[in-house]
Amino acid sequence: MSKFRKDDGKELPPISTASLPDIVFMLLFFFMVSTTMREVTLKVRMHIPEATELSKLEKKSLVSYIYIGEPLPMYQSTFGKAPRIQLNDQFATVDEVQDFIIAEREVREEAEQPFMVTSLKIDENTRMSIVGDVKQELRKSAALNINYSSRKRAER
Amino acid sequence: MAKKIPEIPAASLADIAFMLLIFFLVTTTMDVDSGLRRKLPQWVDPAELEEQNNEINERNIFVVLVNKNNDLLVEGDYEQIENLRDRAKEFMANPYNAENLPEKEPVELPYFGQVMVTKGVISLRNDLDTQYGVYLAVQNELVAAINELRDELAKQEFGKAYEDLDSDKQDAIKKIYPLKISEAEPKGKNI
Repeated sequence: MSKFRKDDGKELPPISTASLPDIVFMLLFFFMVSTTMREVTLKVRMHIPEATELSKLEKKSLVSYIYIGEPLPMYQSTFGKAPRIQLNDQFATVDEVQDFIIAEREVREEAEQPFMVTSLKIDENTRMSIVGDVKQELRKSAALNINYSSRKRAER
Repeated sequence: MAKKIPEIPAASLADIAFMLLIFFLVTTTMDVDSGLRRKLPQWVDPAELEEQNNEINERNIFVVLVNKNNDLLVEGDYEQIENLRDRAKEFMANPYNAENLPEKEPVELPYFGQVMVTKGVISLRNDLDTQYGVYLAVQNELVAAINELRDELAKQEFGKAYEDLDSDKQDAIKKIYPLKISEAEPKGKNI
């Protein structure tokens, strides 16, 4: 009698999942393109300070990283709680910075060497003494382009 | 009649793609590397440094000191970091040619003709126990002051933001407001 009751036992057709792979692939490609694999395992904890006058590091291949911060809890029994320098995959002393820079330079082509940048990823609670020492070593090895890694802060 | 080859089932394709997707989701780190760009001065042997002791006039130096308690001393008085940017801007621009602010010298520049360019230098000195976070905030304010001055001049002269200008116009403005931040050796080796 009612006009709207027309379901005579018919089931709803299942939703087609044929396009699901396409959607997932699209997401997949997005992540594949935007991903940067971290080459080093961090052994120090860093809370990067904030700044406003940022510039982006354009060529990833020309950047070498120096990490300074408190060692992660699992290393604290051996290395203590004082901030330490990490180069590549291991803890290092200030004297090793020069060798590190030279090694980094060897890997790059000669034409690109003047454009190399050293990115300093330093915890904001670190004392300046260790930072100053690293800067002196960088000056000695003529790696003058540096970049104090920092996060974007909203403008006041 | 030849038998038709059955179609390859595509139902598992989604699963495979999901697996890859999850792998990339987990390994991805989306940190855009950005930071405050600075250039270190050339290394000079300390022995040679003693000889070339070129005097800079007192009024041409903007002294910023950061002590071990992260207090700021600007040109001899305590200052909050919020005010540092304006102080630095006033110093570098010296709009009224005040006696205590830096001297200017005439320089011939493209696009501007003869302009008075400041001789001011910002001198930054920190203590060995200064926190890196505070040090970077101070650096940031000083760089911001110069950037703001350049931007204001670009807007006034060319009607465009500094970043949108051609590189030779940018160079001309850079000459007028140079980013001269000199960092002295930190003090306080044995407190």
